[in-house]
Order: sequence, then C-alpha cells, then structure tokens
Amino acid sequence: MDKSIISFSKVSKRFGTVTAVDQASFDISQGEFFSLLGPSGCGKTTLLRIVAGFETPTEGEILIDGQPMSATPPNKRPVNMVFQNYAIFPHLDVRGNIAFGMRKSGLSKTDLNKRIDEVLELIKLPGYGSRGSDELSGGQRQRVALARALIKQPKVLLLDEPLGALDKKLREQMQIELRQLQQQLGITFLFVTHDQEEALTLSDRIAVMSDGEVIEIATPAELYESPSSRFVADFIGSMNFFEGEVVDSKARNTTIASELLGTIVASEVEQEFSSGTPVWIAIRPEKLQPQFESPENQAGYLEGRMGPSAYLGDRSHFYVHIDHRDEPVLVALQNLERSLGGISRPNQSVWLTWSPDAVVVLPRN
Amino acid sequence: MNDQRPWWRPDGFLLYAIIYLTFIYLPVLFLPLFSFNSSKYIAFPLKSFTLKWYHQMVNSPSMLEALLNSVKVGLIVAIVSTILGLLAAKALTRYRLPGRGPVISFIMIPLVIPEIILAISLLILISQLDIPLSLWTVGFSHSLLCTPFAMLVLISRMEGFDNSLEEAALDLGENGWMTFWRVTFPIVLPGIVASLLLTFTISFDEFVLAFFLSSTDATLPIYIWSSLRFPTKIPAVLALGSSIFVISFFVVSFAEWLRRRGVKLESTSGI
Repeated sequence: MDKSIISFSKVSKRFGTVTAVDQASFDISQGEFFSLLGPSGCGKTTLLRIVAGFETPTEGEILIDGQPMSATPPNKRPVNMVFQNYAIFPHLDVRGNIAFGMRKSGLSKTDLNKRIDEVLELIKLPGYGSRGSDELSGGQRQRVALARALIKQPKVLLLDEPLGALDKKLREQMQIELRQLQQQLGITFLFVTHDQEEALTLSDRIAVMSDGEVIEIATPAELYESPSSRFVADFIGSMNFFEGEVVDSKARNTTIASELLGTIVASEVEQEFSSGTPVWIAIRPEKLQPQFESPENQAGYLEGRMGPSAYLGDRSHFYVHIDHRDEPVLVALQNLERSLGGISRPNQSVWLTWSPDAVVVLPRN
Repeated sequence: MNDQRPWWRPDGFLLYAIIYLTFIYLPVLFLPLFSFNSSKYIAFPLKSFTLKWYHQMVNSPSMLEALLNSVKVGLIVAIVSTILGLLAAKALTRYRLPGRGPVISFIMIPLVIPEIILAISLLILISQLDIPLSLWTVGFSHSLLCTPFAMLVLISRMEGFDNSLEEAALDLGENGWMTFWRVTFPIVLPGIVASLLLTFTISFDEFVLAFFLSSTDATLPIYIWSSLRFPTKIPAVLALGSSIFVISFFVVSFAEWLRRRGVKLESTSGI
C-alpha cells in the first residue's frame, strides 16, 4: 500500500446516549477508492461528515495527509464533498455552481473559464454552462455536483450515497464513469453506500460497518469469498449457513462434522480452529450444484426437494427444502440457455453438491 | 364538469364571488371617484371633473409631513422587524432548539393581544421610564407588533430550505458570513422582500398604537382621523388615499411577482 492520506485513530462520535461511531481506527491510502458500507444508521455517513468537518468527533483524531484536523473548520480542509441530494445552488447556473468554490483561487477570469470548460468536458456536459439548475436531469445534477467538487482539486473526494437517487440503468452507467474518473484523476475517493453491489463494483477496499463499529476492512473479493464473520457473510450477497463442529484442522484443510451435511472438508480455510470449536459452515448459493440423481462417491451432499423458484433474467434462484431444517437452502443458477429445462418442477428430489473450496468456515457464538 | 352555463344563468358560486368582490371593492372605488369630483361635499350627484384636490394635497405641508412621518416610521419598522424576524426564523428552523413550540407561541402572542391593551400597557411603561413620546416610541411599538408577522413570513420561507446548501458552501471553502451572503440570502430574498412590504404596510396604517404613543408628530392615519373634523380637508385626504391605493397596487404586484419567481427557484432546489 502507498502512503496513507486519511488516518482515523480511535474516532468515536456520540449523540447523547447513542453511539454513532465507535472507536474507528483505520487508514485510507493515497489514490484508493474506499467505500464505507453498511445498513442505514450504521454510522457511515457520520464518519464521512466527520472527515468533511460537519461533525466533530467526541473522541479520537483524524489526520488528512498527516495533518490533524480537529481544529480545522470544513472550509479549510483539503477535501470536498458530493452531497446525497447534490445540493446544487438553485440561484446559480451550471457555470456559477462550478465556479462557486474558486472565488479565492487567484485565477484570472479567462483562466477560470478555461478550467470550467475543462471540467465540463471531464463530466461530459460540454456546453451546459449556462443551463439553470432547474433545467438539469438527476444524472446531470449529479455530474455538476461532482464537477463543483473536482475543480477544487481536493486531496480526498467524499461521496455520500451519490447514486442513490438515480434509476438502475443510469446508476450502473455512473458507476463505470465514477470509477474511470477516479482512475484518470488519481484522487482518493471516500464513498458511502448501503448498496453492497455498488460497493463491490467500485471499490478497491470496503469497510463494512454495523452499529457504529467497523466490522471488517477488505477488498471486494476477500469480503465476498472469505468473509471473517457471519455478519459480513450475511450482509454481502446471500449465504446459506449450517451449524457444525470442527473435528480436525490441518494446514488449510478443516474437517467439520455437521448434523445435516455429515462430515465434510473445507479447503483454503484461513483461520485456525481447534477441534471441538462450534462453527458456521457457509456456502454461497451459486456454489451449490443441483443434480437430479443420487450422487456417488461424493464426500458431502444435501438431499432435498425443490421448492419455489424466482426467475431473475440472467440467473434463477431456487429454494430447496431439507428435512429437519426450517429455512430452505438457496441455490442460484446461471441461465445459460433460454429454455429452463424443466428444472423448477416442484417437489422433485434434488441433491446439492459443492467443492471443498466453496466452503467458508466462520466462528459461531 | 364541462357543462357550459349560459351567461344569464350564472351558478351560485359565481354569484357569490361577484357579490363578495363588489362588497369589498365598491367602497374603495368611491375614493378615486370623489377625489376627482369638484364638489367639496362627499355626496351624489357628482358635479364635475377636477384635479384641484390633488393640487391641494401637494400644497398641504401638514399632510405631507404626516405622510413623511408614516413613511419614516414604516421604513425603520420594516427593517428592524424583518431583521429580528430573520434571526428568529433562522434559529427556529435550523437548530434543534429546546422548547421550540412554547418559544414560537410566546413570540406570536402580540398577534392576538388587543392593540388597545398593548397601547395602554406600553404607554404606562414608557411614562414610568420617563421616556418622552415621539415617533421613536411609535416605531418601537410598531416593531413589537410587526416582528411576529415578519417571523411568520420568514419561517414559511426558510422551512423548506435545504441545510446541505449551506454545508456545500462551507465545503467549497466559504466561511459562515460569505455562505450567508452567497447562498442563504439570495435564496431567502423573496421572503425578506415580502416581510419588508408586509411590515411596512402594517405600520403605515396602524392607528391605535400611533394614537397613544405619538406626541405632536402625527402619522398619516392620525392626521386623516383628525381632519375628519374639518370637512374642507376631506377631499384632499381622498386624493391622498387614491394615490396611496395606486402605489400600493404596484408595490404588491411587484412583491407577488418576486414571490412567484422565488417559488419557481425553490421548486428546483430539491429532488
């Protein structure tokens, strides 16, 4: 990792008796696309507002580029923010909005106009300078909010759920553009979202937050494929959980005994567990393979009956009922062919199999 | 819905509206009518057209002085009560103020206290404090009366104000004062203008407080009231009334235009 641009050290924020952020300590590297991800009310926006200077931490300190920020007001910080509702100034046109923060830049009028034209080019709105704020669509307002912050050349750009108000298609397009823009400019982005898919798509690293605490910080692939807690495994994507107990742990292979699954082996397990430890056996829905004949020579499998299914276009979800288990097991299948091949006949017997490295082992209790 | 009634059979609501408007505006229209009538008696039949009452109006120093007094008091009251109203409205709409409800009710009480009670209590207070009665005491009492009105106008304007606009200005490097000047003020401006006009108007035609708390300097309503005793002065008062009527018409239209423009701007500030 390169040098750290933002450093949180034991940052806490309490509103009365409510703890919005609890002892957050982590670093964000120069040039990184870093996301704060969590359900609403988890403290992610509060943490962002602390960086911007709109909230003062109850405890702890934030360093931006090595400088402590507790005594620095928002207007003196080397960061800029894209607000959730964009906060476009309604009494100014696009050019006026973008030029707003440049009053003290010392640029001449012609230089400033040139800069604004460059930024308009960058956000793909050339020629929109004289548009009033009421003549912009949601996506265009979002771009103007971005331009207004980027022209200040901040060390860190703060984004508070900037894509939340856009429709799905536009959101996906803006995700790609945001990512390109970030790589092109090399500015550190600190991005707040409750949308796990968005966080996975955009980020270099993600901090998953819950109830004011930072639960885990990792790359999208690490979070999805080897989460370190049940909360993260459950929050990111879908996950099937089974209770089990460790029998044996050798090198990266762990043998687990489970009532439902029998004795199974999990490979590529990062944590070491001593035998007898209660654990969760977690398997992603797309890593379960259904077959309609009883498997032979398979170390572990699950037998069940097909329940309801959901067609999602690119894939389908099937719920499989297992005896002695209340919750159905979720199986996701890519729809590789246009005909679904009668796979969703209800009550058909089905056997689910998986490979040992699909199994995630998580501590229980 | 779309049945067209013939004009000779108007529906009940239209009839009601016509009677209502006639009731309100007919008396007011007598003002300009008699101000151009050459008879000095305010009675039908009309005699002939004249401008002499307008002439008399311009040449009556005591009337013009009263007008000037009212304008002076009105301007100061409008500015003072709008500033007070603005500060109060900002505090009440922006900050999580403990006891917000009771505070608002308390400030709004002067709206419902009978003016005569307010006038007597202020007169007692002011004479106890040995402050001589003057236009200043009138202005003070009018500010007291007008501040709640200014607050009402400005609270409704600022209630929908998006706080993140001010945060965005701070974030873009402006300090508190420049944020107010470059963002808050231009957005709230239509409300400020509306408040200035409303409070000026209230002060301009207020009689009871002015009657109790002024000394020898009469304001316009007091001058008009006292000239009712001299029938010869009345036609000039009508001329003055008509002039004020025409001027207010343009001022109010201008204020309404500003307000609509403000509403249009506001409708674009949210999503």
